[in-house]
Amino acid sequence: MGNLSDPVLQQLLGGIFGALALGTIVGQILKRRARTPASRETVANMNQRIMSWWVMCVVFGVAVLTGGIASIVLFALLSFFALREFITLVDTGGGDHRALLIAFFIALPAQYVLVAVGWYGLFSILIPVYAFLLIPGVLAIIGDTRDFLRRTATIQWGLAVCVYSISHAPALLLLDVPADYRGREALLLFWLVLVVQLSDVLQYVFGKLFGRRKIAPRVSPNKTWEGFVGGVTCATLIGAGLYWATPFGPLEAAGMALLVALSGFLGGLVMAAIKRDRGVKDYGAVIPGHGGVLDRIDSLTFAAPVFFHVTRFFY
Amino acid sequence: MVASLIAGIARLITGAVAVWIVPPRGERVRVYFANHSSHADFATIWAALPPDLRASTRPVAAADYWSGSALRRYLMASVFHGVLIDRAGGGEAATAQMADALRGGDSLIMFPEGTRGDGRVVAPFRSGLYHLAVAVPEAELIPVCLVNLNRVLPKGESIPVPVIARLTFGSPIALEPGEPKSALLERARAAVLELDVRPSPTEPSSDH
Repeated sequence: MGNLSDPVLQQLLGGIFGALALGTIVGQILKRRARTPASRETVANMNQRIMSWWVMCVVFGVAVLTGGIASIVLFALLSFFALREFITLVDTGGGDHRALLIAFFIALPAQYVLVAVGWYGLFSILIPVYAFLLIPGVLAIIGDTRDFLRRTATIQWGLAVCVYSISHAPALLLLDVPADYRGREALLLFWLVLVVQLSDVLQYVFGKLFGRRKIAPRVSPNKTWEGFVGGVTCATLIGAGLYWATPFGPLEAAGMALLVALSGFLGGLVMAAIKRDRGVKDYGAVIPGHGGVLDRIDSLTFAAPVFFHVTRFFY
Repeated sequence: MVASLIAGIARLITGAVAVWIVPPRGERVRVYFANHSSHADFATIWAALPPDLRASTRPVAAADYWSGSALRRYLMASVFHGVLIDRAGGGEAATAQMADALRGGDSLIMFPEGTRGDGRVVAPFRSGLYHLAVAVPEAELIPVCLVNLNRVLPKGESIPVPVIARLTFGSPIALEPGEPKSALLERARAAVLELDVRPSPTEPSSDH
């Protein structure tokens, strides 16, 4: 697992915290210079994002540094909060209670225990096969048939996205990597999260700077073609530039980063569509003062399983 | 000690976010009245109060249920200091008990529907709130809206699901001079419903 004596990790961490420090300074300068209410709001929003990035990077850095179990626990907690936000947002009723208990207190911990013990076979089918069948089974036994298919699908979807998909990020630690990369699997997790989050941020920045043509205005007015192209291109280049932290060559790393950025984009768009359907702006705003974990990791829900399986297939 | 532990657990499970439209501290005793859909309702309101106010805020509860087991008896008597109402004892006796508590300087938490609903419909309020307002006019009547508690712990379930709950403490209402019973009760019910700001799925927001 990762440890501080690994020079590659030192460089990565140094680069990230350096970038964050730079961002914080720029943010504070912009805050002084913002004059109009609109620009003040944009800068405040940006500074808020930078703050949450500091928190995320410190938590994530500590988790990766302290080894596999801490990362697995961290992602299990992320899954828990994400599922909690998802279920709060969708409309479940009394008839769903037992099925939700299974989702929160059996399926979720079991999935991460399987990651921890490295049982890949069951890890990959626990939710798509067993939870998939058990949830409608339990709902049928309870006997509330109203909206049966919608209620079943909603809970299954929450589990698939918030638990199954996300668990593929720490599962990278289980991959059978080439011998010269062994012991540094944590870097792969680091690289994935970095590329996904950078792609998100850069799409936002390019969109703010050059955005004109909206991709899906009814789903997310913030997503523009200019932001998409700029963000995905930059994330791909940065991902390729960091190839030395991965088992990939520069070109392979570029391809992987492109794939990660594209699937992350789709993830963000799909999660935005769910929010629109439920009439809220973001998952955190469902309840004021609550984190909005799902807003931060929506791209990862799509990028993690794709990256995991492509990496597993080729290496 | 037990009280803050229980309050902490209640907040952890329901993830309850409290929104205060009225400041948590008032100059007068208060009657918090809320919609009722879960056994977790009263503990959620109680846990959302500032710790020092919890000691002087008592739930109005049914004596038959809370005398049911040793644990319930202990909790009601020693932790929550509930005002236990004998449901067979009649309205006047109940009003007198609640009024005594208010005059003694304690605030009350009550559920005027009288029974737990399904979390969607708020039943018409029973008259206890009106009689109390007449008996103790100096008490502030504070509407409290509970959202998602029926999803955290619905009727007949014992293990809570960690859905995020929300409770909103609204502006006080007061009995108008000469206001009939039905008018006050309907106004009180409307004051609770007004605080329910759940997003409507039919109207997607346009901004992001």
